[in-house]
Amino acid sequence: MTSVSFISNILGPRVSSNDLLGRRMHFVIPTIMLSLARLALIISVFLPYWHMTLEAPQYPNGLELTAYVNHLEGDVREIDGLNHYIGMRKLNDAASLERALGVWMVIAMVVLIEMAGLVHTKWALLLVIPALLFPVGFLVDLQFWLYSHGHNLDPAAPLSSSVKPFVPPALGVGTIGQFRTIASAEAGWYFACVSSLFVAAALFFHRRAFKPLFDKMQIAKAGG
Amino acid sequence: MADKFLDTPRGALNALIYRGNTMKNRQLKFALALASPLAFLFAVGAPIPVIGFSLARSVIAAPLQAPVEQAPPESKKKKKIGAAKEEKAVEFTPANFAEIQKLANDRKLTPDDLLAAAKTYQPSGRHDEYIMFASGGHSGQMFVIGVPSMRLLRSIAVFTPEPWQGYGYGVGEDVLKEGDIPGQELRWGDTHHPALSETKGDYDGEFLFIGDKANARLAVIDLRDFETKQIVKNPITMSDHGAAFVTPNTDYVIEGGQYAVPFGNAYATAEEYQKAYRGMVTFWKFDRAKGRIDISQSFALELPPYWQDLFDAGKLASDGLIFGNCFNSELATGGIELNKPPFEAGTTQRDMDYLHIIDTKKAEAAFKAGKFEKVNGFPVIKIETLIADQILFFAPEPKSPHGVDVTPNGQYVVVAGKLDPHVTVYSTSKIKAAIADKKFSSKDSYGIPILDFDAVMEAQVELGLGPLHTQFDDKGYAYTSLFLDSAVARWTLGGEYSSLHPEPPWKLVTKTPVQYNIGHLCAAEGDTVSPDGKYLIAMNKWAIDRFFPTGPLLAQNFQLLDIMQGGAAMPVLYDSPIGVGEPHYCQMIKADKLHPWTIYPEIGWDPQKQAIDPLAPKAGQEKVVRNGKEVEVFMTAVRSHYFPENVEVNEGDNVTWHITSLERTMDATHGFCIGGYNINLSLEPGEAATFRFVANKAGVYPYYCTEFCSALHLEMAGYFRVKPAAK
Repeated sequence: MTSVSFISNILGPRVSSNDLLGRRMHFVIPTIMLSLARLALIISVFLPYWHMTLEAPQYPNGLELTAYVNHLEGDVREIDGLNHYIGMRKLNDAASLERALGVWMVIAMVVLIEMAGLVHTKWALLLVIPALLFPVGFLVDLQFWLYSHGHNLDPAAPLSSSVKPFVPPALGVGTIGQFRTIASAEAGWYFACVSSLFVAAALFFHRRAFKPLFDKMQIAKAGG
Repeated sequence: MADKFLDTPRGALNALIYRGNTMKNRQLKFALALASPLAFLFAVGAPIPVIGFSLARSVIAAPLQAPVEQAPPESKKKKKIGAAKEEKAVEFTPANFAEIQKLANDRKLTPDDLLAAAKTYQPSGRHDEYIMFASGGHSGQMFVIGVPSMRLLRSIAVFTPEPWQGYGYGVGEDVLKEGDIPGQELRWGDTHHPALSETKGDYDGEFLFIGDKANARLAVIDLRDFETKQIVKNPITMSDHGAAFVTPNTDYVIEGGQYAVPFGNAYATAEEYQKAYRGMVTFWKFDRAKGRIDISQSFALELPPYWQDLFDAGKLASDGLIFGNCFNSELATGGIELNKPPFEAGTTQRDMDYLHIIDTKKAEAAFKAGKFEKVNGFPVIKIETLIADQILFFAPEPKSPHGVDVTPNGQYVVVAGKLDPHVTVYSTSKIKAAIADKKFSSKDSYGIPILDFDAVMEAQVELGLGPLHTQFDDKGYAYTSLFLDSAVARWTLGGEYSSLHPEPPWKLVTKTPVQYNIGHLCAAEGDTVSPDGKYLIAMNKWAIDRFFPTGPLLAQNFQLLDIMQGGAAMPVLYDSPIGVGEPHYCQMIKADKLHPWTIYPEIGWDPQKQAIDPLAPKAGQEKVVRNGKEVEVFMTAVRSHYFPENVEVNEGDNVTWHITSLERTMDATHGFCIGGYNINLSLEPGEAATFRFVANKAGVYPYYCTEFCSALHLEMAGYFRVKPAAK
């Protein structure tokens, strides 16, 4: 097998103008879906992914913490100040790699989706898997860091003896000390979900459009 | 089949994922494809309106994706602190009425009492509508009081050291020292007349000025942090009374003198009184951008030694004029010990004293033209120039008056009689006309022209005994305090105010007794171009039986009067004891005109400079630097520790100690005291402080946080060790 045929095996068949005749949408829909997925993913970068409100009697307005793909916002300093009593590490120590790479990862996913549009074989699936799983991955990673922070408390901290390791819930309501935590996914995360769904939809239309062409190409090859 | 798919969102989703390729209808499939994300969200029950909300919120916030920790805490909070709860019609049940009835009987409260309580009571967390700034008399402080609750919110240390605010016990000395005179530390003051800064004659809520009668000083308070920023000592005289009053745009802060002295700390005998003693009014130029008085652009007018009393700036119709009064045109020098008439008799012999009318524009022009002499290095425009340049005129006023108050429209000046049962109302347009037409009745012994009384007088209104001060409301009424009658008089203004009230102009309407011996009074924004009415404070000098007697020294009594209705109704609502000073005058500003900081803008803020202190240590910059006998400590404070917690120096070292609060949370204030070294600071969130002292006592001195800050507040401490010098 030559390298040319190896690449063409991955890229799959090109669509001839004959194929397009009268059924242009058939082949364009996957691309539209993937473009929408990219758009949604790009928008999500500018929006908060996750938000937590901490309520306590002496904070009548609550404390706010908002996570974007690349940074934290809100009462980070005050929350860190309070956490030092129980020996919790600083919030900005969590997921520092993820936040440093966050925007680049999103850009990479967008590029991969773009590339997937050009690949007319099942390999396209491989390219969009990151975008497909991204929302789930975000939550899993968040839960991991919440667990990590809640379980690596400094034993020498002032209140270390009175606080057992804990995991603040990544979504929903939790309690720690006099604080009630309310966590929710935010617009950015929902946009990532929308992106993921567009990718899934695109895969379906992709298969419907290109599988027959691919099969035809294989048969032609075998025949040749 | 297709219908079935569309029955439920879940069905539609299933159709898309599993069955879509069996469907024939392209439009339907396309629609499903587009709808699928929404369908998914419905399917998992995600709250779609929430997305819209958080999206909108995020879009607003997104451009401000600032570095962490910088945004001020107030801006993005959801709830506004102190805002009244959602307004709902209040309904009382019969059980409520029964309970109220029982309480009223048990506590012996009349319906009027209950109404008064309902008008003044503030439920927990609800803020007052007005904020009153009251002078503190010889406590040397100011008081901030909420109206109508009359709750004391805080004091502001001005001329007197005050430990809670950390003023004068390590920091604040620089401000206090500005007010010293050569050879003498001055560590108290007699605060009399606060003046809020004004823009176009209305309070703007930015600055507050207060005079010190005892030492002729003036202080500037910045209302961003309610702290004293500057004290200026009047270089030419030793006492004032007409301070502070501001011109309508706060270009100048007026300080009028009181007890005349020879200028510039000179000496002169009583016999030389007429020749050598002088009264004065000083125009302190205010630099609003710097928040400081600019002494280099300030000047004074030399006045006859008539014991000038109060001043007020003209506004609108009388903008550019300043009015003052006096009560010793007799030039009495006292001498009860020599069998001469005492001052109280000597200063009250003549039937008339002089209303001072000063043209500020011409005075400023004379100053800029260099027509002044310097006294103690300070420009003073002499009486001859005041006459030649038509800067100063007198108008007769009934003897020994008190209070000179300009009406909101600037058309009238009200002078209260004190020893005369009338207030005398002057027309500012008549004054201008009389000056233009040179309608002078005579000149005083210094050659100052005296305007003809009848030519400038608009009305005299008989109110009662001992009228002192006048304020105004929005309904065309004036309010005058009656010291001897111990009452507040409501009376009607004339002219363009006549249409605002049903009564005839220039007439007494009603009097409300107050307890007891009222001095100043203050209506809401009652000396501005747009008074609010609503509330009036009677500042009573005596309380006698109003409160539980606290030994022989009793509190003053601030009484809140309801002036919302016109006519005869003007009930007293509330008595508020002021047991920390003897306030003279106050001003009441609508609370929403004030915009105080709730924390300092940035960590390392020097409140004295209202800027970042470059030397203020930040987190991670803590250290102790020794250079011979000079030791510099760089310390931070955050709940619940100081960094460092052990500081060691040698006996005799000169210690410079920097300390920064790293807090960013509202009300997370720390104190810092060193026992045995007379140090106590108040470190509000973000504040940086520097203090210096000589470690002249060997030993171990604990330092600790004096403001209860956290559950581990007691642990917020450290040791300052002073190693004995080798003998």
